[in-house]
Amino acid sequence: MRAPLSWIREYVDLPAGVTVEDLAARLTALGLKLEALEHPGSDLTGPLVIGRVLTMEPEPQTNGKTINWCTVDVGDANGTGEPQGIVCGAHNFAAGDLVVVVLPGGVLPGGFEISARKTYGHLSAGMICSAMELGLGDDHSGIIVLPADAGEPGDGVRGLLHLDDDVIEFEINPDRAYALSLRGVAREAALATGGVYTDPAQRDVPAPNAEGYPVVIDDLEGCPVFVARTVSGFDPTAVTPRWMARRIQLAGMRPISLAVDVTNYVMLELGHPIHGYDADRLSGPIRVRRAVDGEHLTTLDGTDRVLASGDLVVTDDSGPIGLGGVMGGETTEMSATTTRVLVEVASWDPVAMFRTGKRHKLTSEAGKRNERGVDPTIPEAAADRVVELLVEHGGGTADPGVTKVGTAPARPTVGIAAGLPARVTGMTIDEATVVANLTAVGCAVSGSGSLTVVPPPWRPDINDPFDLVEEVARIVGYERVPSVLPPAPAGRGLTQEQLFRRRVGRTLAGAGYVEVLTFPFVGTEAFDALALPGDDPRRTALRLANPLSSEAPLMTTTLLPGMLDTVARNVGRGSTDLALFEAAPVTLPSVGAVAPILPVDRRPTADEWAALERAVPDQPLHLSLALTGERELAGWWGPGRKATWADAIDAVRTIAAALSVEVEVRAAQHAPWHPGRCAELFVAGTSLGHAGELHPRVCKAYGVPARTAVAEINLSLLLEHAVAIVPGPDFSTYPVAKEDVALIVRDDVPAELVAATLRAGAGPLCESVRLFDVYTGEQVGAGHRSLAFALRFRAPDRTLTETEATQARTAAVALAAERHGAVQRA
Amino acid sequence: MSGPNSSYDPVQVTPLGEEQVFAMRDEALAAIAGAADVDALKQVRTDHAGDRSPLGLANREIGALPPQAKKDAGMRVGQARGAVNQALAARQEILEAEAEEQMLVTETVDVTLPWDRTPAGARHPITLMSERIADIFVAMGWEVAEGPLVEAEWLNFDALNLGADHPARTMQDTFWTEPAENHVVLRTHTSPVQARTMLTRTPPIYVVCPGRVFRTDEYDATHSPMFHQVEGLVIDEGITMAHLKGSLDHFAQAVFGEGITTRFRPSYFPFTEPSAEVDLICFVCRGSGVVDAGGSASVQCRTCRGEGWIEWGGCGVVNPRVLVACGVDPERYTGFAFGMGIDRTLMFRHGVGDLRSFFEGDVRFARAFGTEI
Repeated sequence: MRAPLSWIREYVDLPAGVTVEDLAARLTALGLKLEALEHPGSDLTGPLVIGRVLTMEPEPQTNGKTINWCTVDVGDANGTGEPQGIVCGAHNFAAGDLVVVVLPGGVLPGGFEISARKTYGHLSAGMICSAMELGLGDDHSGIIVLPADAGEPGDGVRGLLHLDDDVIEFEINPDRAYALSLRGVAREAALATGGVYTDPAQRDVPAPNAEGYPVVIDDLEGCPVFVARTVSGFDPTAVTPRWMARRIQLAGMRPISLAVDVTNYVMLELGHPIHGYDADRLSGPIRVRRAVDGEHLTTLDGTDRVLASGDLVVTDDSGPIGLGGVMGGETTEMSATTTRVLVEVASWDPVAMFRTGKRHKLTSEAGKRNERGVDPTIPEAAADRVVELLVEHGGGTADPGVTKVGTAPARPTVGIAAGLPARVTGMTIDEATVVANLTAVGCAVSGSGSLTVVPPPWRPDINDPFDLVEEVARIVGYERVPSVLPPAPAGRGLTQEQLFRRRVGRTLAGAGYVEVLTFPFVGTEAFDALALPGDDPRRTALRLANPLSSEAPLMTTTLLPGMLDTVARNVGRGSTDLALFEAAPVTLPSVGAVAPILPVDRRPTADEWAALERAVPDQPLHLSLALTGERELAGWWGPGRKATWADAIDAVRTIAAALSVEVEVRAAQHAPWHPGRCAELFVAGTSLGHAGELHPRVCKAYGVPARTAVAEINLSLLLEHAVAIVPGPDFSTYPVAKEDVALIVRDDVPAELVAATLRAGAGPLCESVRLFDVYTGEQVGAGHRSLAFALRFRAPDRTLTETEATQARTAAVALAAERHGAVQRA
Repeated sequence: MSGPNSSYDPVQVTPLGEEQVFAMRDEALAAIAGAADVDALKQVRTDHAGDRSPLGLANREIGALPPQAKKDAGMRVGQARGAVNQALAARQEILEAEAEEQMLVTETVDVTLPWDRTPAGARHPITLMSERIADIFVAMGWEVAEGPLVEAEWLNFDALNLGADHPARTMQDTFWTEPAENHVVLRTHTSPVQARTMLTRTPPIYVVCPGRVFRTDEYDATHSPMFHQVEGLVIDEGITMAHLKGSLDHFAQAVFGEGITTRFRPSYFPFTEPSAEVDLICFVCRGSGVVDAGGSASVQCRTCRGEGWIEWGGCGVVNPRVLVACGVDPERYTGFAFGMGIDRTLMFRHGVGDLRSFFEGDVRFARAFGTEI
């Protein structure tokens, strides 16, 4: 809402010394937030005066244009009293006319400096101005021609043109729709400054009678009040007075024609939308009803709309002529020939307005006010004001007929304990202040201790005691709310799961991984690029009804698309050695259950709550990671080490170790991994996810470097197995006995399995088994490899003898031979 | 001099004369002094102090001397050997020190050589800020509550006094899932966690909930379809707006430093009444709107654009209608709630100019923040 200060001042007598900055700050503190403060006119400086065109010589130019060489009487404004020679390109004036002249030294909006300059063979000393050049709107019709009685040459024109004003632009919250009017803003300004307020809606209006235009309302709930007045003999060529056009412009709307401008002006003034019809284009009585599904109406914006049964329509014998409260129809629109104007001021059901606006994707100044709720007690005043202005500026007469159908619904009272504002806000607010402040915002207050409050008709938002608390508190001043820490009981700190999640992030960051966050939106192309099989469950994803991009309408089931896009983006920006991770939920497809819209006047029942929970899809936390380039960089110390499939698997092992969880690694074939370089990771027999090298085709599809390694696991599942309380280790301080063994096994026997066998065979004296070398080559034969393990033995209670260690090693090797056909390498 | 002799006639033994012994000693001392390094000294030790060295042999010969001569010779040889051993030890110490010094010199490296062998890891600044905020409130005895991102419409809206026909609830803001009649949305704020918390815990409730939220905003420098909020909720007996102010002042100081306070402006949110917007006094210019530009000059503060205050979030007293829908007795309990943008907080705390930096995953961005914020 943009409010010119001159307009605010019409309804509130601002105390002396209150600047527009003060006012804006105080209104912000009251809840009308300052968005911008403008000083229109301030960008136009220097001599701007009335000039009388003395002579005007058209001079055709070689470029096809004709310019006028004029001499203009500007009185003594030029210091000489001599006529001023000015070249002008416009033609909508004649010798003898009064025009607006800016003399050399003046500056027009946009920093355009005026000086005497040679042009078209003349010394042009100044400029004859158009409205647009002066920042008075976008009227292209030519230069301003002032009325003959506007003043004398040389007189200043700033006041005449209503150039100077201050405009406060507010951000209006949905609960303060009344402030979408000067009436409302001025009321708040009075509250803010203590100035005396005059309500512009308080006016004597003629009583309704039976002579008015016939109106029938079929749906009094949708349209509780409908007032109609008629002005006859209106002059369609009458122009909007300059002050009115300027205010409409400053308020952010466009002046159009007198009849339209008057309805807009009164809407801005009182906050009540108004519609004007060309009364001669109406046929038969007006009837307000709900639309029939499929009915058509062409609205003022030229759009043919198919109506639905929820829409409220204004009709005459020809059918729908307007979408009630939102936008009028084309067939009864006021035009350049309209001489009889029917003024409609009607109250509409805000919910219907909201739904109609949403259904037809229509936002209008009228709709914006109607859907938030307007004062239903002022249609007669608003209509009377429109009639007054139409008659005053457009001639014609007000018809004696006054139509009024329906009455403003009575407001229910709100009870409030006088102590509630103090109890809720923590401020000291006595009963007298509560009553005074509620009265100041327009409430009728009665009783004491327990107050009965009738909210004002322009405040449909006030319905509850807490609404009244806010009204009282904002006038007392939010800045007076004390700052007190609440007495929270002892908390339990972070949950174990929250602590585990932090541990995962810290562990990976410590291992050189950088955390990223990606959007969860994907399209099926992302799954295709991962080469997921047609029946892969990851392809079944929750679909958005209104995705930002039609190419990414799904809630992803895997973090890999976002991760690989991030890898590609980094590589494209020159970061080629990458280790990235992301921990985020994925969305599993919904089970198709409906999340019921429950009542809000009570807690949901256990069944209702269960139904809600069931309808919300599972969203397990996943962890993805990716590596490419060098894991350790090459440098003066020597060559680097390329990141490989093994790093991806190791990262998962590292996380698991940090959570004291044992994971088992098995070879697997699973998209999007390289079929020979993919590990499936298990915890307690349940699959956690996969890690390894990306399939070469997938690398190509995502534009990431070949051999990029990735992992994705279900982190929620891993966290379930995390050990919160790690048992303290019980270790021996006796000397260690070390034994190395090299075993030749077939190369399809997993190393992990051989290690486990050695561990089992070595018995309780075995402290650790670590693979330290893998060898393939002629010495071990084709299809075989040698795995070298370092075994450490130790007893808890004594120093082991060499025999004991050797025996344990022999037992381990024997079991490996038995289970895997392992042969000890000589 | 004669060699060792197991069967000799003592009479034939040359008496170990003074001059002779001194000569042996001096020769040894000269050799010790001349030893250039530890290895050379080792050889000197063998040659001049070993069993077969002149003094060693002389020592052995003492036994064969007549008693009177034995005593004199013993004393002379003993003194000479003592002097040599002392000199050896002293020289050894010097040479070892020299050798070590030499070794340390030769082992000198260029310590300015880089060792950027393993690129640094980092956590995302949004994660770090979420954790920092959580820690601030946990330190006050609050707990961290969480909820799903894909959420029931009723919890995201209706339970929070945002009925189906509320103007604040338009198709433009919310991501809806298909089919629409299932009434499942991407949560548009962290507030459904409020509702979930009230429905699953009993007061007193003191929780904070950081998390990601979604709105159908086109992606640009200041808008993103996914961003992050932190929600606070307190439900207890006797809770007032003053407690809200106290909590936010504490929060502001913990994140932005001593003396940073908040200001309330009346506002509107369906789930709170009274409602307020929270401004933060600018932590750069401390409310003055200007910063020092060197000398006596000053320029407009860029962080708050000269306003002295920064818009931080929304808050208010929990609307009793929300308490009713969430099963909390509004006669007994009052509460407050607040919500701030985490991304936005980071943007002005760290001068991040483009919201997209948070979601592009450029490693240079997260690395700048490291592992603690």
